[in-house]
Amino acid sequence: MSAMDHPTVILPRETRPRANQPLLQVENLVVEFPTRRGVLRAIDDVSFHIDPGEVLGVVGESGAGKSLTGASIIGLLEPPGRIAGGRIFLDGSRIDDLPPEKLRRIRGKQIGAIFQDPLTSLNPLYSVGRQLVETITTHLDMNQAEARRRAIDLLAEVGIPAPERRIDHYPHQFSGGMRQRVVIALALCANPRLIIADEPTTALDVSIQAQIIALLKRLCRDHGTAVMLITHDMGVIAETADRVAVMYAGRIAEVGPVRQVIKHALHPYTVGLMGSIPSVGVDRARLAQIDGAMPRLNAIPEGCAFNPRCPKVFDRCRVERPDLIPQGPTAVSCWLYDRKEARRG
Amino acid sequence: MADAGGAVPLLRVGGLKRYFDVSAPLLNRVLERQPRLTLRAVDGVDFAIGRGETFSIVGESGCGKSTVARLIVGLYRPTGGSIAFDGVDMARLRTRRELAQVRRRQQMIFQDPYASLNPRWRVRDIIAEPIRAFRLIDGNAAILERVGELLRHVGLAPADGEKYPHEFSGGQRQRISIARALASKPEFLVCDEPTSALDVSVQAQILNLMKDLQREFKLTYLFISHNLAVVYHISDKVAVMYLGRIAEVAPTRTLFSRPRHPYTRMLLDTIPDLDMTGRQRTPVAGEVPNPINPPSGCSFHPRCPFAADRCRAERPEPIPLADGALVACHGVEEGRLPEDVRPLKAVS
Repeated sequence: MSAMDHPTVILPRETRPRANQPLLQVENLVVEFPTRRGVLRAIDDVSFHIDPGEVLGVVGESGAGKSLTGASIIGLLEPPGRIAGGRIFLDGSRIDDLPPEKLRRIRGKQIGAIFQDPLTSLNPLYSVGRQLVETITTHLDMNQAEARRRAIDLLAEVGIPAPERRIDHYPHQFSGGMRQRVVIALALCANPRLIIADEPTTALDVSIQAQIIALLKRLCRDHGTAVMLITHDMGVIAETADRVAVMYAGRIAEVGPVRQVIKHALHPYTVGLMGSIPSVGVDRARLAQIDGAMPRLNAIPEGCAFNPRCPKVFDRCRVERPDLIPQGPTAVSCWLYDRKEARRG
Repeated sequence: MADAGGAVPLLRVGGLKRYFDVSAPLLNRVLERQPRLTLRAVDGVDFAIGRGETFSIVGESGCGKSTVARLIVGLYRPTGGSIAFDGVDMARLRTRRELAQVRRRQQMIFQDPYASLNPRWRVRDIIAEPIRAFRLIDGNAAILERVGELLRHVGLAPADGEKYPHEFSGGQRQRISIARALASKPEFLVCDEPTSALDVSVQAQILNLMKDLQREFKLTYLFISHNLAVVYHISDKVAVMYLGRIAEVAPTRTLFSRPRHPYTRMLLDTIPDLDMTGRQRTPVAGEVPNPINPPSGCSFHPRCPFAADRCRAERPEPIPLADGALVACHGVEEGRLPEDVRPLKAVS
């Protein structure tokens, strides 16, 4: 059995046995936005897990629900969005129904966050040192001097030259790449076990992007930190992730080891997505094209959400919604891989 | 692949410069004794684009690639140098009518399809604007017919003309921008990061559309992008820019299989490895320096692993090589750089 096949057993208690369990377990997550014209379901029954020290890539096009999944885990879902169903376990304890104050303790201490734009995650009015020290003293039992020393060490660790001097500088005095390094240092302050990185390299230039990816990989290896890496860039996933979940219209289309998913994609959407990415050294007159666009939230089709764009669609796809079906090391929500269909075909 | 060498190229740019004055206000300069500051966004750029060719400019943000695009379509005035379109020097065109005749033949597609379409206009009016501005067709009925035809060319329905931009997705909006650009029957399109704001599957649709239209209407493209894979896919020739200057120009396959300039090599190293070959990338240290105060000599020397004394003192000029590449690097000229050959896969 593969790592993906953690059965979604429903236990009566809020906590689970500690042995051998994933660091993060998301079960049947549903996120909804109530609007005047009815409830929009942005995430529909998403389940996955992240093992300690593992990098899980979450990839999808805009509107697929990847960032909302991340925001739900750290409790930063913006109202009126709300978790309407499912459960999230961190280290065996449930975190999705905690009161805000308790969740705030977990956020930062056990889960760090890195967002796309480093300028909006840093307060422009405070020096980076002050922001680091504040985060450290909030979560760790340290006095100011100890926290400052730790802050300098962190800045050195993320590759900022002359950290003793730079610690008193303000965010605007750093370049984009250096700012993102500060944000990573901030996420690492309390030695979290999980980092949610939402498009951490999208706003950066390609050469800086490569530096930041290398840095993230090294830090996670050294600290044993697990990462949920949310991005639209398959290249970043290929370089960084151990496993990847491909999202489409609020659901997971396919999840599995990154090599497997990239080289031998199963879901027709993943196949189309991979074919649509131009690649250096591959001469093609045309790129593979998935016609149409991802459906809007208020017009998600019956059955499989991908069925109107799917080249392999058949009757069942139009009426019945597929769940993740284990298929070797990966799992794919597509009726093509259902045993019943295989027998029939 | 068309060659710019023999016949008159469609576009020839020589010694093109654009400086921006970024000084503090006069009073501050006087009180704080600050000097004037000049940002050399484009600092002497030469290239030629042959008819039917797709010429790309790649580079990181701040290298001046968008400024070059804007200079060519006349959104900025050059500080120096010349732009010749179809053999006609643009600076010589004085009257509005003369200019309009050339401008009709050049159009531009912008990066952000949300900002480049007027939200208060119907799509049919957006697309009809160039037709009306250049007085290409008389009579409303004929114009509307032409708009419907243009919408069909870009994969939309004529009925979509009645809608407003907000009713369309990003990819569809970019199709509208393309339809507007095609409205004046141009020969030359400047595309400034036309797919950067789009998702990959939509990007594929737009790139395929651009290739189809190029074949159908014999278009010449100047394509500006930071995405090397997209550039490899679409271009015949590629120029790599760094801090306002061209580091290297070469036919696409040559540039990607035999990069000469150390900066080009570094850029190619940053391409994520989708083939999962397990190749270790060595991220290059350092960042693009401040263009207000660029390094002396070759502006890449502080990040260059091959930098020598000459690189710090003397600015390299582009040197033509045997296989059609043009490289501005002392190391390449002196032949002291190791060869860097990267096999491309067989043509499939």
